Amino acid sequence: MFVVLAVLIMLSSLATVMTKSIVRAATYLLFVLLGTAGMYFLMGYTFLGSVQVMVYAGGIIVLYVFSILLTEGAKDETFKRKAKDASWGFLLSLVGFLAFTGVVLTHQFKSYVLEAPSETASAVTSINSIGTNMLSTGEGGYLLPFEAVSVLLLACIVGALLIARKR
Amino acid sequence: MIQIEYLLIVSAVMMFAGVFGFLTRRSTLAILLSVELMLNATDLNFAVFNRMLYPDGYEGYFFALFSIAISAAESAIAIAIMINIYRMIKNIQVDELEKMKW
Repeated sequence: MFVVLAVLIMLSSLATVMTKSIVRAATYLLFVLLGTAGMYFLMGYTFLGSVQVMVYAGGIIVLYVFSILLTEGAKDETFKRKAKDASWGFLLSLVGFLAFTGVVLTHQFKSYVLEAPSETASAVTSINSIGTNMLSTGEGGYLLPFEAVSVLLLACIVGALLIARKR
Repeated sequence: MIQIEYLLIVSAVMMFAGVFGFLTRRSTLAILLSVELMLNATDLNFAVFNRMLYPDGYEGYFFALFSIAISAAESAIAIAIMINIYRMIKNIQVDELEKMKW
């Protein structure tokens, strides 16, 4: 299961940046996000996976597809890149990837083997304790960031309406 | 049975695919798609490190959760800006955006 998800994520994320049509890029990004949600489920983080599916796959991708169709549509000429820029970008990202992978593979991490979906293995990430922690003010409580995010979302609604309105 | 480090390799592929797209795309919406790819890779890393280092904790878990919310807000604002720009100059390619005024 892990191998299937990993291959799906890697191929789709490469296809997202390689494909010529921008609508197809958004579709491949959808597959990447769904594969990431599958990874969260595999790690036993059920709530995080469902948030990923709802917010990213259900919300953001739909928003992107709408905005692509509202602006330049499915015109294929969005991918004209100069060969020099492309090779420099490719070189930079390849060097970064190789450096990162080398560090990860040589570093001795605390060995942790990912088992099959293990929701019961960690009682901490049950829905009950997530809710309690998110709204508590004590040790390890997340009430302040929760409220800050709610103010941020309100500001975001007002700002988006203000920016995109017709004049 | 999978060593959890392999998840870091997957997220590195995602991250650097995003970097490549960010550096080479010409359309601003495609650049935003690449940014989403990078943000998603960081979210996956937060969850992986939380799972690997503190299986009973939830710091990385909440960080990923709030990061998802913030990236939703970010893309909404950015898309509003793109639509506004498209209304004014009928184009959202980066090399056509020369004046940043209203």
